[in-house]
Amino acid sequence: MSINFASGSELLGLCDNNGIKIYEMMLVREVYISQRNKEAITDEMRENLKIMKNAIERGLSEDIRSVSGLSGGDAKKLRHYYENNQTVAGKDMNAAVASAMAVLEVNAAMGQIVAAPTAGSSGILPGAIISTAQRFGKNDDDIVNALFTASAVGYLITRNATVAGAEGGCQAETGAAAAMAAAAIVEMLGGTPSQALDGAAIAIKNILGLVCDPIAGLVEAPCIKRNAIGTGNALISADLALAGVTSIIPFDEVVEAMLKVGRSLPCELRETGTGGLAWTPTGREIHERVFGKTE
Amino acid sequence: MDYSVFDIIGPRMVGPSSSHTAGAARLGKVARRISGNDVAKVTFILYGSFAKTYKGHGTDRALLAGIMGMEPNDPDLAGSLDSAGRTGLDFEFVVNDSDPPHPNTVKMVITGSSGKKTEVVGCSIGGGNIRVIQINGLAVEFTGEYPTLVVRHIDRPGVIAEVTSLMVEFNINIAFMRVFRHSKGQDAFMIIETDGDIPKKVVSQLRTLSEEIQDVYIIEAL
Repeated sequence: MSINFASGSELLGLCDNNGIKIYEMMLVREVYISQRNKEAITDEMRENLKIMKNAIERGLSEDIRSVSGLSGGDAKKLRHYYENNQTVAGKDMNAAVASAMAVLEVNAAMGQIVAAPTAGSSGILPGAIISTAQRFGKNDDDIVNALFTASAVGYLITRNATVAGAEGGCQAETGAAAAMAAAAIVEMLGGTPSQALDGAAIAIKNILGLVCDPIAGLVEAPCIKRNAIGTGNALISADLALAGVTSIIPFDEVVEAMLKVGRSLPCELRETGTGGLAWTPTGREIHERVFGKTE
Repeated sequence: MDYSVFDIIGPRMVGPSSSHTAGAARLGKVARRISGNDVAKVTFILYGSFAKTYKGHGTDRALLAGIMGMEPNDPDLAGSLDSAGRTGLDFEFVVNDSDPPHPNTVKMVITGSSGKKTEVVGCSIGGGNIRVIQINGLAVEFTGEYPTLVVRHIDRPGVIAEVTSLMVEFNINIAFMRVFRHSKGQDAFMIIETDGDIPKKVVSQLRTLSEEIQDVYIIEAL
C-alpha cells in the first residue's frame, strides 16, 4: 500500500497497520509528496489557523458589510442573541454557527480567509472545530492536528470526486467542508480513524443533492447560511460517529455517489447563478440591483 | 494529481472568490513581473464573467492590487483603488463583450515609466489558479505554479542551448519548457518552468550571454 493513499479504505488500512491516527498519516504523506520536513508543514498550518481565528474574531465583533451590500452583520446578530437569550439549539451550537457565518461574512467583505476547501465553504471547518476545541480545553497543537485530519478527508473528496460548486453543486463544497470538520472533531475528541470517516460519510449523506444557486453569482446568499447549517451538520455528524453510530454506506461509496449526483445536476444549479434561489423574482431583482440590467 | 494539504486547506486569500478575486490578483502580479516591475499606467480589459461580475467580486480591486505587487492574501487588497490613486498609478477598467477563450479572461495593457508597453492576456481557471496565454501578442502558456523563467530572444540556432547550459551550471532542473515565436528568425519567447527557485544571478548572466537574448525575467511561483 502506498503512502500516497487513494481512498478512505486505503487510509484506514495504513492507520491500522501502523497504529496511527489519520492526522499522522496525512502528515507522513505530506512530507513524502512535498519533500519538506514536519516542522515546516505544521508551521504553515499554524499560520492558516491564525488567519481562521482572526476572521472569526473580526466577523463576530466588527460591523461587516460585503462589497455588493448584500450581506454582513448576521454573525454578530447571532452572537448577541445567544449571549443574551435561551436558544433553541443551545449556546454551543449557536457559537459554532456564528463563527462559521463570521468567516463567510469577512470573505464577502474582501477580508482574509483560508479556503477550506473553497472560499464559499470556508466558514464550516474553523467554525466547527475551533469552538469545539475551546469547549473541550484543546490547545492550538490539537487544532492543527485536527486540520490535518480534515485535509485527509478533503484530499480524498477532491481526488475521487470534486469540491467545486461548478462541478458538483453545493453538496460538493459545504458537504466536503462539513465532512472534513466532522472527521476532524471525531479524531480530536478521541474517536478512531474509522469513526472519523463514519462522521465524514454521515455529513455528506445529510446534504446529498444540495444545489449551488448563488444570488447574482456572488459568494454571499445563500452561501453564508449554508455555512451555518453545514456547521450544524458537522457537529451532529461528529456526535453520531462518537456515539458509535456507523455509516451504512462506506465513506468511499458516499463520495462516489456525491460525484454522480453532482454530475446529474443541471447546469443552472451548478454555480451559474441562473437557477434555484438565484432565479427567483427576488434573486433576479438583486442581480439587477448589483450589476445592472442583464440581457 | 498529488494534492498537498495546502491545496485543500488553502490558499490563504482575501475573499470573496478564489477565481474572481484570488486568481485575479495573481494575474495582476504576473503581469507586473512580466513588465519588469515597472507599471506607470495600466488598462484592464475584462472579458466574459470577469466583465459581467467584476464589481461584486472585487475583481477590479484584486487585479489592481496584483499589478501593484500585492499577494492574493494581502489585507490591503480591498483598498487598492484608493492606494493606486495615492501612488499616482494611472489605471482604467474596460469591459469587452466579445467571446473570450475562457470565461474569466483579462487583457492587461501596461505602460512603464519610460513608455515601454507590455501586453499580457491571462485567464483565472478556478481555485485561484491562473494561466497566462499571451504576451505582447504572442501566444504562450504557463501557470505560475512553478518558478518560471521567461526569456525574450531572437529565434536563432543555439540560443536555447546557451540558456539550458546555464541552467545546468546552476543545477536547476527544468520541469517544463516551451518555445513560442512570431515567425522564423523573429521575436520569440522561451518559457521555462523549474522545480527549484531560480537565483537572481541567472537573470544577470543570461542578459549578457548573447545578443539574441533581449529580455529575461523570473516569475516566482505564485
